[in-house]
Amino acid sequence: MSLSMNAPPGTPLYRHRWPTRLWHWVNAIAIIILIGSGLGISNAHPRLYWGQYGANFDYAWASLPRFPAWLTIPASYNLAISRRWHLFFALVLAFGLLAYMIVSVVNRHFQRDLRFRRGDLTRTSLWADIRAHLDFRFHDPEHPGAYNVLQKLSYVGILFIALPLVILTGLAISPGMDAAWPWLLDLFGGRQSARSIHFLSMAAIALFTVVHLVLVILAGVGNELRSIVTGWWKVPGE
Amino acid sequence: MIARRTLIAGGAGLMLAGCEKVVQVPAARAILFAGEDMHRGLQRALQGRDALAPEYRRDQMSPIFRANGTFNPNTPDYNALVADKFAGYRLAVGGLADAPRSFTLVDLASMPARRQITRHDCVEGWSAIGEWQGPLLGTVLKAAGVWRSARYVVFRCFDLYGGQPYYESIDLVDAFHPQTILALAMNGRALDVAHGAPVRLRVERQLGYKHAKYVQSIEAVATLDGIGKGKGGYWEDNVDYDWYAGI
Repeated sequence: MSLSMNAPPGTPLYRHRWPTRLWHWVNAIAIIILIGSGLGISNAHPRLYWGQYGANFDYAWASLPRFPAWLTIPASYNLAISRRWHLFFALVLAFGLLAYMIVSVVNRHFQRDLRFRRGDLTRTSLWADIRAHLDFRFHDPEHPGAYNVLQKLSYVGILFIALPLVILTGLAISPGMDAAWPWLLDLFGGRQSARSIHFLSMAAIALFTVVHLVLVILAGVGNELRSIVTGWWKVPGE
Repeated sequence: MIARRTLIAGGAGLMLAGCEKVVQVPAARAILFAGEDMHRGLQRALQGRDALAPEYRRDQMSPIFRANGTFNPNTPDYNALVADKFAGYRLAVGGLADAPRSFTLVDLASMPARRQITRHDCVEGWSAIGEWQGPLLGTVLKAAGVWRSARYVVFRCFDLYGGQPYYESIDLVDAFHPQTILALAMNGRALDVAHGAPVRLRVERQLGYKHAKYVQSIEAVATLDGIGKGKGGYWEDNVDYDWYAGI
């Protein structure tokens, strides 16, 4: 957040304001429950189609594996209860994201921390950041509190592409919402296409979550956890 | 590496076990199940009363429209009707109504019909597109003088599911929706047994299990209490499916 220049290692920085921290944790819980219950729902009909319709006699572009009990909510197959979890936390996810986005525009979190700066998206800068990641260097010593380019790219991708996509495709699967907002079907090319894209965007979110957790560990669990709980983060040593 | 994996697996395991426990706690269960009412409220606010489910062109129809649930009620009463080509079928319409009466298939077929090519969405996730034809449910309810002060319409069916009579219910908003019909025909032919002959409800803004097949009687009621186990349908009573199945 604050781009304090040349802060020596050990300097505490107030990095995440409370709306960001609150949303992070509400969203983390929602994502885990939505993926678990969603995989339970997938087990009811583990075939994916493109187009308006798709059922057993139609061509499926993907036949998904049966997701095991340790991944699904509830553990033993129960479509009704998976749906109850999924549809409740879908509201938490959607309205949580909406509130976070409004707050983050108003408090200028997006403009300050996620905006790409001149030269960020050049090949040189991206390559340099990839090499820095491979060396486990995640912070620009000049601006230790700022997000690096790959970090900004993945946050922007998850916030403005993957999460809106998973929400809108979820709505397009709903027959009630298709009556309210028929453009949802035009946008995704039909209910079964929307269902396929819903699954694929979930996979992207799951991948993001895994990479995110790995990077938290590599960057220092204690420091990173403290900053997303209390807001305070210490400039790491070189 | 191992510690991390153990940590993640442990965390996920705890979370999962937590979810299993939460559903057993009545207050938590009530909150979780309140999602249904929130979705109903939001959808009804966004839809307006008469927003139509999308309709499709003939060339967009499923080549094969799979049947699901009961494929044949196979009870003595139903089999007798099939043998008779449903000549003896009577649809009883009553409850909170000024003029409860029953309709023969000829009565129903002589009412103005609506034909619609719509998408059937199963709660399991699959969809099939087919053409349905029959009188508006609203026309039938008006013919029996159903009170507008009734709150729900209950459909009792010929089939037993797991030994229990199948039934379903919708509210008057959906009952009088311009696409809610009593389908007598599917894809240009009289409804076959697998798809719910002789009469099947189409309530196009909701999932497949609401579309009661083999409809035997229709009753307008003020409350769902005392019908079945009181939750408004076979699946709602026995497996916790949502009564409002718009999502």
